[in-house]
Amino acid sequence: MKTLDNLRTTMRRDQVWEFMVPKTGLELDISHGTILYLEDISVTFDGFRAIDHLNLYIDAGELRCIIGPNGAGKTTMMDIITGKTRPDTGTAWFGQTIDLLRLSEPEIASVGIGRKFQKPTVFEHQTVMENLELAMAADKRVWPTLVARLTPEQHARIDAVLETIGLQEHRARRAGALSHGQKQWLEIGMLLMQDPHLLLVDEPVAGMTHQEMDRTAELLKSLAGRHTVVVVEHDMDFVRSIANKVTVLHQGSVLAEGSMDEVQNDPRVIEVYLGGGDGH
Amino acid sequence: MRLGTLHLDRGGQIFLALLTLTTILVPILNLAVPADSPMHVSTFTVTLLGKYLTYALLAIAVDLVWGYLGILSLGHGAFFALGGYAMGMYLMRQIGDRGVYGNPELPDFMVFLNWQELPWFWHGFDMFWFAALMVMLVPGVLAFVFGWLTFRSRVTGVYLSIITQALTYALMLAFFRNEMGFGGNNGLTDFKDLLGFDLQSDVTRIGLFIASALAVAGGYLACRTIVTSKLGRVTVAIRDAESRTRFIGYRVERFKLWVFTFSAVLAGIAGALYVPQVGIINPGEFSPINSIEIVVWVAIGGRATLYGAVLGALLVNYGKTYLTGVMPDAWLFALGGLFVLVTLFLPYGIAGLLRRKETTA
Ligand SMILES: Nc1ncnc2c1ncn2[C@@H]1O[C@H](COP(=O)(O)OP(=O)(O)OP(=O)(O)O)[C@@H](O)[C@H]1O
Ligand SMILES: [Mg+2]
Repeated sequence: MKTLDNLRTTMRRDQVWEFMVPKTGLELDISHGTILYLEDISVTFDGFRAIDHLNLYIDAGELRCIIGPNGAGKTTMMDIITGKTRPDTGTAWFGQTIDLLRLSEPEIASVGIGRKFQKPTVFEHQTVMENLELAMAADKRVWPTLVARLTPEQHARIDAVLETIGLQEHRARRAGALSHGQKQWLEIGMLLMQDPHLLLVDEPVAGMTHQEMDRTAELLKSLAGRHTVVVVEHDMDFVRSIANKVTVLHQGSVLAEGSMDEVQNDPRVIEVYLGGGDGH
Repeated sequence: MRLGTLHLDRGGQIFLALLTLTTILVPILNLAVPADSPMHVSTFTVTLLGKYLTYALLAIAVDLVWGYLGILSLGHGAFFALGGYAMGMYLMRQIGDRGVYGNPELPDFMVFLNWQELPWFWHGFDMFWFAALMVMLVPGVLAFVFGWLTFRSRVTGVYLSIITQALTYALMLAFFRNEMGFGGNNGLTDFKDLLGFDLQSDVTRIGLFIASALAVAGGYLACRTIVTSKLGRVTVAIRDAESRTRFIGYRVERFKLWVFTFSAVLAGIAGALYVPQVGIINPGEFSPINSIEIVVWVAIGGRATLYGAVLGALLVNYGKTYLTGVMPDAWLFALGGLFVLVTLFLPYGIAGLLRRKETTA
């Protein structure tokens, strides 16, 4: 129940959005324990069915890994959740009350869904701390931005995120001088500054060294609970190290779901994905 | 971040210190030191310095949008000229019946064109406060409308630069026409006095010089306040990764619009201080090459430092004054060559040499 308490606190912080968005239906309600419902979603690109009657449920506070061969529809699924792509059929709900298919991209971001893209983009000429400050949830109109000063609470918030992403010592460094892995963490930190309920992370460890991968695994695990985290990743060792629940996508729909061991021993999965190369 | 505007701004501190020193010394050396003393600063020099200072303010305005916001404006000369024309109209009205034709109401060029009455847009310019307001309002409104149209449709990069050139070019053609009512290709000139002070007197010249120095200092501090604020960090974010900035929730168009408009107002003020010192404003000030020259000053001085823009404006214009005296034809070649050399060997301009620290960080 600690998880639930944590989430309640998170929700209270979110009340600031009340001024900015129409009230009806934008209050996240996860009283049934499920934060994301994708039901019967289909998307067709020029006759090619990228997502095919997909059903997926994510529990509040969980850390879910999504795997699947190239072109399985993983990125497209994230595009649908974040409003970048509109499905042909199906429903997508964020908690019980928020209909994602009726919101624009910025609205979806503001109800608490953050996304990290495959390629990290940070503000190279600014310091790590400034990057976090820019991403922070705040009044982002011109004049309030001109007169904005960091409050002690905001300082504390930045410090907390710096600690979470392990970049305390680098706070004053220019983001452009960070290593590839550090940039990925910084970008996750920028997501965290907006205090999202749900984090979608696309291939976070591509191009990372082993040590960096281990630290990323720690980071994502530490985020689960307070946030709900959905990770798309190809690297099996990495997935094994973080996931308790794995979903396998294949040709746009769910092929299997369960623990890493269950999934890996599923004959259908072995056939389409794990078969051949990856023996262990 | 909460520290003062000039904290960590070595270049700015040095610049403001030198500016203060000059602003105190020059009037003394001009007014108090006898003309035959080697220490004497002639009124000609005072006016020249004052003119350079207005260029420096213009360069600061361009650096704000180019260096910090990433908009390469090749049309800031237009805002400068509009501010200049607003001031010129006031000065024309101050001439009163002392013109060649002695018409108390109409400026000479209107009498010459056989106009019977003052065009509506000349009304109010006999009052200084009104003219001063227009100095800021006209460039500001033009920049606002221009920015509204272009930023909203997400015109960026080279296309935007070309449109800004077109803007100043179109204005030049318009102001060349006599029917526009701004004196055609002769522009506005033969000014007599400003706020009752004779424009030819040494004291007025010194006053204008001091006013220019104050405007540069004020403009510098205002821009510095902006770039050290969170708004400044947002503009740099827009410069470096525009769509990313939009993605984290900033309305990029609005930020561009306000900073661009503010910059145009600064350019207008610079133009207004320029005109009484040089004694004339004509459509040549709108010429596209002028706007390009400003960008070259900033590039040579060093982008995104503000004081670098000042340095560039002063050095290049000193060079221009010198060279056009010795070899008038060589100036454009010298400017072009200098620009190429700086781009190749000093990508951060002269100011880049001063701030090793930041670049190695
Ligand atoms: N905008 C689009 N237009 C046309 N086809 C698209 C579009 N977006 C995705 N697709 C196609 O849909 C399929 C699913 O793509 P998606 O990017 O979701 O796969 P993925 O699972 O993320 O693959 P990877 O592991 O390579 O990242 C692919 O065959 C892709 O070519
Ligand atoms: Mg993908």
